[in-house]
Amino acid sequence: MAWQRKILRVDLTAGTCTSEPLNMEWAKIYLGQRGLATKYFVEEVAPSVEPMSPANKLIFATGPLTGTMASTGGRYSVITKGPLTGAIACSNSGGYWGAELKMAGWDMVIFEGRAASPVYLHIENDTATLHDASALWGKTTWDVEPALRKIHQDSQLKISSIGRAGENGVLYAAVINDLHRAAGRSGVGAVMGSKNLKAIAVRGTKGVAGVKDPKAFMKATQAAKAVLAGNAVTGEGLPKFGTQVLMNVINEVGAMPTRNFRDVQFEGAKDISAEAMHAPRESDGKANLVTNQACFGCTIACGRISKLDQTHYTVVNKPEYWGASGGLEYEAAWALGSANGVNDLEALTYANFVCNEDGFDPISFGATVGAVMELYQMGVLTKEQLGIEAPFGSAKALTYFAECTAKGEGFGPEIGLGSKRLTAKYGHPDLSMTVKGQEFPAYDPRGIQGMGLAYATSNRGACHLRGYTVASEVLGIPIKTDPLETEGKAGLVKAFQDATAVFDSAGICVFTSFAWTLADVAPQLDAACEGDWSLDNLNMVGERIWNMERQFNNAAGFTAKDDNLPKRLLTEAAKTGPAKGLVAGLDKMLPEYYAERGWDTEGRPTAATVERLGL
Amino acid sequence: MMKSLHIEAAKCTGCLQCEMACSFENYGTFNPAKSRIKVFEFHETGTKVPYTCTQCSEAWCLKACPVDAITKDKSTGAMMVNEATCVGCKVCTIACPFGTINYVADTGKVQKCDLCEGSPACADACPTGAITFIDADSTGIDRMRAWAAKLENQTAGHAD
Repeated sequence: MAWQRKILRVDLTAGTCTSEPLNMEWAKIYLGQRGLATKYFVEEVAPSVEPMSPANKLIFATGPLTGTMASTGGRYSVITKGPLTGAIACSNSGGYWGAELKMAGWDMVIFEGRAASPVYLHIENDTATLHDASALWGKTTWDVEPALRKIHQDSQLKISSIGRAGENGVLYAAVINDLHRAAGRSGVGAVMGSKNLKAIAVRGTKGVAGVKDPKAFMKATQAAKAVLAGNAVTGEGLPKFGTQVLMNVINEVGAMPTRNFRDVQFEGAKDISAEAMHAPRESDGKANLVTNQACFGCTIACGRISKLDQTHYTVVNKPEYWGASGGLEYEAAWALGSANGVNDLEALTYANFVCNEDGFDPISFGATVGAVMELYQMGVLTKEQLGIEAPFGSAKALTYFAECTAKGEGFGPEIGLGSKRLTAKYGHPDLSMTVKGQEFPAYDPRGIQGMGLAYATSNRGACHLRGYTVASEVLGIPIKTDPLETEGKAGLVKAFQDATAVFDSAGICVFTSFAWTLADVAPQLDAACEGDWSLDNLNMVGERIWNMERQFNNAAGFTAKDDNLPKRLLTEAAKTGPAKGLVAGLDKMLPEYYAERGWDTEGRPTAATVERLGL
Repeated sequence: MMKSLHIEAAKCTGCLQCEMACSFENYGTFNPAKSRIKVFEFHETGTKVPYTCTQCSEAWCLKACPVDAITKDKSTGAMMVNEATCVGCKVCTIACPFGTINYVADTGKVQKCDLCEGSPACADACPTGAITFIDADSTGIDRMRAWAAKLENQTAGHAD
């Protein structure tokens, strides 16, 4: 059995750690990780809960394939009610931490309450203990990891933690593990900070034993790895260029949101692209990119490891930033770069390092800076308020804001509110490029129409990782559809959303879905886990998870009105590129989507749908 | 032909498939903590290096063992631990300069790489060719070929 069948419940208020059996009835219908942890969450937490209150809970969950030889089987997710959105939050991370938790014998950890003073959790196989973290409070994630290894005299500890952003309540603070992997979005790190929980240090030596049919499992995982290796995206594009393989592609299709979505193409895209990361710098003759890196169990290895130019203004005399660390992924390069009109690759890399170091989401941060720069151009925000001149294109403003947000200084706390609250505060809410309070990622729905619907209906606010129709609309995976067309996109979005929920619940990385369909996942799950993991049932599991999340959000006060896009995308047409003259055609897709989903016109699952899915 | 494990660290991505394959082969579980091959990540430089026993011709572990529990397998060249004889004294772990033989508290014996009877699971599992199992007398052949290719280019240049 690929589940460890054991969960750890940590009551931070009482200071207790207790072991419970995993609810196997739920595991057989919600699988694991995202699905299963969300089931626990919705059963235990009132939808009306205030996200930063002790009544909110925070769950770190692995999937059945986490810690196995299934390719990319090292994922974990953090589930809570998000402070940025007020919706269900579920952020997924790679690195090595998730597998280590599983190796220690736990499927998930549920945190409840709030510690009276800063604590961290130390897990060594069956033993879990809370420790005083006063001496770690105020430290960055980069300082916390070596500090905990030293305290416990264990160089093999794996650590997930929050930096100062999570302590300071930056509403899009992230949980960082292994120095530069992140459960990045929706502010799960802020919730961790609100609980006075600084870090979780894990050492697991028990391993994952007893997959259902080891022989069949090895055969299935080997076949699936061959599919990844033979695919142009997962076998060549991602290992060589990372997700940055998309920068020039998306710019060419005219779906590169630029300067707070004023434009859909960025003239500086080539300067911040994968190719630019590979090219020798003029200053020192070295490339920004040092190497690629895999997460636990991953045979794709799309991760970027970069080194900064030591003469760049951001790091002169700051040797602590001269080592290799997590480089730019496409979303970060876009949000820190195109969204602000900044084309300085080193500045973006530095800002990305800072986001990792102090734990905050570069997408929401970068997109919020985009709104700040627009407000500055309009004269609404001034140099005196901001502490710096901040026109579009200013790398110095970007890196200054990154430092302020990390440390909670100057204008940083305002930027830490996210663009929805910040633009409302300064009287221009229409300039917030968000859905349900969460900033958009790197695909303009005027140029990729299906993504408009995917954003509008995403259960965690605007997000590319809930239904990535870019795969179909741009890359032709699994079939090519026209990115400028709205017809047929309702069914496409639903199919992507439901399938993604399964990938996120299995313990594997959604990037495998460039090459794998659920038909590749099913045999791996079936060999690993007791229960029915046929293709048909997996589709049902994905749809069930999606609707469970939706019901939570509806009960938390979201309505059909919130399945919307900002006015700019609905009324201001794309100025250039293939999508020139187009706005996002959300109204043409949304009613059909509700019908496809079996929801009423208010976006609520009908009684028949609830019954069909066994909710 | 005698074969040996050959490691090209520059190709390693740090995925740990080798560690899981090793533990699965020897213990039937996915458990890097029990792996006899370990991948080390040097994050300051971004380098990942797999490391395991290189099967010394004159093995320190074998010579140090007071009960002759370590013997050389003639067909594979691997130094083998006979668990029935091993008394768990750990002297071999002190003698080995490379740290590749280690004590296992669960069994009270030591463990080391035994080349999986001539078909190492780590090499099979490695997705990038960072770990291969090749002719022990020619582990440098690919590097020689790479340098030869440079000469070939030079020569071709002169011919033009």
